[in-house]
Amino acid sequence: MSELKPKTIFEKIWDAHVVKRATGYPDALFIDRHYIHEVTSPQAFDGLRKRGIKVFNVNRTTATADHNVPTKDQHLPIKEALSRHQVETLRKNCKEFGVELYDLGHPFQGIVHIIGPELGLTLPGMTMVCGDSHTSTHGAFGSVAFGIGTSEVEQVLATQCILQYKPKTMKIEINGKLGKGVVSKDIILYIISKISASGATGFFVEYAGDAIRNLSMEARMTICNMSIEMGARGGLIAPDETTFNYIKGRRFAPQGEAFDKAVAQWKQLPSDAGAAYDVVLKYDAADIEPMITYGTNPGMGMKVTDRIPTVEELKELNEQASFKKSLDYMGLEAGSSLIGKAVDYVFIGSCTNARIEDLRLVASIVKGKKKADNVEVWVIPGSKQVEQQALKEGLNKVFEEAGFELRGPGCSACLGMNEDKVPPGKYCISTSNRNFEGRQGPKSRTFLASPLSAAAAAITGKVTDVRDLM
Amino acid sequence: MAKEKFITLKSTAVPLPVENIDTDQIIPARFLKATTREGFGDNLFRDWRFDGENNPIKEFALNNEAYSGKILVAGKNFGCGSSREHAAWAIYDYGFRVVVSSFFADIFKNNALNNAVLPVVVSDKFLQTLLTTIQQNPKTEVTVDLLNQQISFDGKSEQFEINAYKKECLINGYDDIDYLLSLNKEIREFDLAH
Ligand code: SF4
Repeated sequence: MSELKPKTIFEKIWDAHVVKRATGYPDALFIDRHYIHEVTSPQAFDGLRKRGIKVFNVNRTTATADHNVPTKDQHLPIKEALSRHQVETLRKNCKEFGVELYDLGHPFQGIVHIIGPELGLTLPGMTMVCGDSHTSTHGAFGSVAFGIGTSEVEQVLATQCILQYKPKTMKIEINGKLGKGVVSKDIILYIISKISASGATGFFVEYAGDAIRNLSMEARMTICNMSIEMGARGGLIAPDETTFNYIKGRRFAPQGEAFDKAVAQWKQLPSDAGAAYDVVLKYDAADIEPMITYGTNPGMGMKVTDRIPTVEELKELNEQASFKKSLDYMGLEAGSSLIGKAVDYVFIGSCTNARIEDLRLVASIVKGKKKADNVEVWVIPGSKQVEQQALKEGLNKVFEEAGFELRGPGCSACLGMNEDKVPPGKYCISTSNRNFEGRQGPKSRTFLASPLSAAAAAITGKVTDVRDLM
Repeated sequence: MAKEKFITLKSTAVPLPVENIDTDQIIPARFLKATTREGFGDNLFRDWRFDGENNPIKEFALNNEAYSGKILVAGKNFGCGSSREHAAWAIYDYGFRVVVSSFFADIFKNNALNNAVLPVVVSDKFLQTLLTTIQQNPKTEVTVDLLNQQISFDGKSEQFEINAYKKECLINGYDDIDYLLSLNKEIREFDLAH
């Protein structure tokens, strides 16, 4: 292979981390940063114990408790026995193996994909993994980040490497200006609705175009976060001044001269002119409107003002049965509109949309207003730091006056693992990333939307075009 | 750790003609609180198998006495969503050794292969024929021959792809850590230089 061949940012980072490439074997890829949490790590630590080995390099692993923690009374011992045991197991494992843990109550605790970036642990050019599919979030910094299973968590703990085949590359370009009421969540829901929940399987996606370049880091994270919802191995965005400004001065980021040196290196990362992708897709930002999902996978999305497709409109015949099953579950009719549909819960949270900027977006809509009587509204900050910042800015007052409940950080009703569950049959408009059957609690029904759209529904009590409130 | 070895499997199969089966269906999050790998089979497809009162839902394939076997046949994009390996553990623990579909999500495929569950990718057409055949005759035996990468039933057969390295691991019961541990020296050097 000639050194002169133009490379994509993905290829540059990947190739720079291959420790060994042997014919017939997947690449042994070195992992710069490994995040772990209570749910997918206990069996991996057990594996180390059984083999009698240590963590390869504890400085490259960071732990937090997020998936299975209560969001109320976080200072008290966890009530539910199994959850308590799981969090205690994490504590025990981190202590025994010497891994840094941001435990409940720690000022750095929070959803794993929110704390990494805000602490400056996530940096451009890195390879990163976590036993969680939304690890793709970290790609917003121009890094190769992807979710792995527990056996792989064990591999990384034991060897700081993972065996992986290099995925194909896809470039998704969005150019143009976003319309009123349209935010990054709408961009990604739009893309997924176009290419389906499996449309990018086997690919690593690079998002590009001026509509992406104009986004803040937080908005970029929302987009990369949901790459997995179209099946992609991960998604990334080339670093630029926005990236460097976000990182500057963060707790664990390089400081002073080291920072300047790092920036000089990071500037080499963007894809070379003429670099080839296996697939290139282009969309016009002006075509995107506030989005909402109506079905039970994130590909089943539409403009909030659209109608749900009819069975006849489906392209593939053998998809009809699954489509009907999905609408049955949701209690919705094919061909109908969602505008005006009453909702019972509003969930503002998750690694997709629980950063400070998301809470600000919500506050911009609800300030001085009250929630509708028929809805319960939960605001779950993504981390302790986000929570503190919200207090500092007085957002808690806005939420309180609106009748929203502001709780402690964690994954909460994004996955219905702790107490925060949407009851059977109830509708929840959610800023999270998955509308799967039962995702937010057994038989719960989820509409995915942006923080703006969720805020609008909180005020009106029904699915609303947020532009009507702006 | 050495896993069960896989060479050829002949078995009846269970049909699940649903697309985009995500890992939240395979094993809902509320059952992920265990800290070991065992026992997840009881909650495999929990919310499709049991109603709110924990009574089995008769129509669901796993509760249908006509169907049994070590092979699960499912619609396309099987295993999408969460990376939870618990999904692969649940499938294995329940007794399945093969999942057949026309398309698998990436992370699930890796997780399955790491847990002695073979994901077999077949064409859409083959999948539809297989599903209908099992539904019409639940006693249909399906043969999955890993060595020759071939799946067959009722005189019909199709070749399937599997990565040569993964194939070798499955046949010999190896896992990835054994290989990575053998690279220890190279990895140390790499770590120091970065
Ligand atoms: S917030 Fe939801 S999607 Fe994000 S890590 Fe937690 S459970 Fe996973």
